[in-house]
Amino acid sequence: MTSVTRSGSVQGAGGGVLSPARLGQLLRRPEAGSLLGLLAVFVFFVVAAGQIFVSPAGFASWLNVAAEIGIVALPVGLLMIAGELDLSIGSVIPASSLTVAIISGHYGLPEALGIAAALTVGLAVGFVNGFIVNRSGVPSLIVTIGTMFAVMGLTLGLSVLLTGSTSTSVVPAPFYKAILGQFVGGMFQITIVWWAGFILVAGYLLHVSPVGNWIYALGGDRKSARNAGIPTDRLTIGLFMLSGLAAAFVGVGQAMVYQSAQVAGGQSFIFNSIMCVVIGGVLLTGGFGSVPGIVLGTITFAMVNQGIYFTGFDPNLGSVIIGALLLLAVLMNDTFRAMALSYATRKTPGGPKP
Amino acid sequence: MTHPVLELRNVSKSFGPIDVLHDISLKVNAGEVLCLLGDNGAGKSTLIMTLAGVHKPTTGEIFMDGEGIRFDRPKDAADRGIATVHQFGGTFPLMSIGRSFFVGVEPVRKFGPLRIFDRKTANQTAVKAVQEFGITRIDDGDRLIGGLSGGERQALAIARAVHFGARVLILDEPTAALGVKQASHVLRIVLEAKKRGIAVIFITHQVTHAMAVGDHFAVLIRGALAANFMRGEKSREEITDLMAGGEALADLGAEIESRMGPHDGPPPQPAA
Repeated sequence: MTSVTRSGSVQGAGGGVLSPARLGQLLRRPEAGSLLGLLAVFVFFVVAAGQIFVSPAGFASWLNVAAEIGIVALPVGLLMIAGELDLSIGSVIPASSLTVAIISGHYGLPEALGIAAALTVGLAVGFVNGFIVNRSGVPSLIVTIGTMFAVMGLTLGLSVLLTGSTSTSVVPAPFYKAILGQFVGGMFQITIVWWAGFILVAGYLLHVSPVGNWIYALGGDRKSARNAGIPTDRLTIGLFMLSGLAAAFVGVGQAMVYQSAQVAGGQSFIFNSIMCVVIGGVLLTGGFGSVPGIVLGTITFAMVNQGIYFTGFDPNLGSVIIGALLLLAVLMNDTFRAMALSYATRKTPGGPKP
Repeated sequence: MTHPVLELRNVSKSFGPIDVLHDISLKVNAGEVLCLLGDNGAGKSTLIMTLAGVHKPTTGEIFMDGEGIRFDRPKDAADRGIATVHQFGGTFPLMSIGRSFFVGVEPVRKFGPLRIFDRKTANQTAVKAVQEFGITRIDDGDRLIGGLSGGERQALAIARAVHFGARVLILDEPTAALGVKQASHVLRIVLEAKKRGIAVIFITHQVTHAMAVGDHFAVLIRGALAANFMRGEKSREEITDLMAGGEALADLGAEIESRMGPHDGPPPQPAA
């Protein structure tokens, strides 16, 4: 099986000749449930919404949403596989958005400086999260709720102090607008390309590099991982910094797209990213999951989120579908995980039984 | 005269005012199985953790190859080749055999500037190592640890320790949670490790299992060494009586033994 090489490739998960043996192996992978979920959701909206859903505009609609959430969901997923949660992303996004808007918009300094400062904000919040989690032993859920509120308050206070307002506009130079805030073909956000880049990096980290083994071990059992010689403290801080960086990146992108930044906003990313990750087959308590799964979960989430507008249904029902989908996904993922655990070697007829 | 691989001289351990281990002297040679017997709360776990560098002895000394040593943390003991395998073997049920075998010491290939976890080598090495211990049913390194039987997990954990150069293997109740057949697999693996010249410390409260593989026996009662004898010097009944605290009532011994042996029936009913 070529699970390692095809990480990050959405099509790869379903490609090739599906002999029964290969199908069996496929069903035992962490992303099996989310692949089936995605297919079901796709078919549902093609039937319910019709031609428009499969038009370029239809694709752009959910791809744009998926790309923004997806960039955050990937590192959040890695953290979750390592047994940690990060809620602080919800305030890092507006904080970094405002940082770039204040530096490059309000003060008119170069965009490169504003962007670098915004990304540094994300890295710094991530470092603080990881540091406190390591030192205090307090669950990361609590620690990152704390930093989320702290960052939110700081953002509001500093924004009012520096600009006298809770929102700031920024007009990026054409180069930065092109690489961070452009709409390709008038509808596809350039963020989609960046998302692809983040998928490759996360896929490499988790499935190809030895660090991936450390992440799984950390999520499986922290103490044993440390006894095995894994630098668990450094790894934890690094993963939190990665999610801080990704959240800051999304914040910068938003500032470039909308050409303004507000103190509020970003909170929806907290639960949405966690939902994408869980729909993608990552175990909430850590130790199990995959990057293709997270990507599939993100696409599924975005499709439901946007697809409802293409149908004749009341858009308010979208949340009902997402809620039901989440429950269904967790139930299904439990089943597939049980199958993965019971997977004994096949093919040899009359062969060994456990 | 060669030195024992590991030797304890007059080791005591107290936690505050509580004496958990009292004046323990023990040695284990290469290619020898030392069985450490004792009821729950006798201090077996504390003794293991002292050997594995988790606790430091309050008084007394530890020698390895005749040389006095001091473990400041578990890694020091691991670096000297002291490996502990716990009751449930693998601690990463959702990791594959190959991945968990190499946790922390991943085999790596280079691809340009990228470091690549060599999954194929990891799987092959892990499967080969465990098959050499006679567990031929494990033939796919992609299987998850959680899907293995208790005995297979023990075998894998022992094979891993030996593969990474363990000289002293501490097995903490490896057969306690296993059925009769699985337990006999594990006992065979203990003998295989012994044959390879590894010093094995086998902790158990199942006298039958101890007698099947032990060369040397030590019985702990309330933190003190109640008996220290070689294979064949004491009968099974005598050992059981010792573990029960020396109450040599034959019927009490028999009752305790029947409760301690593995069985498939319901737990004994309390007397009405």
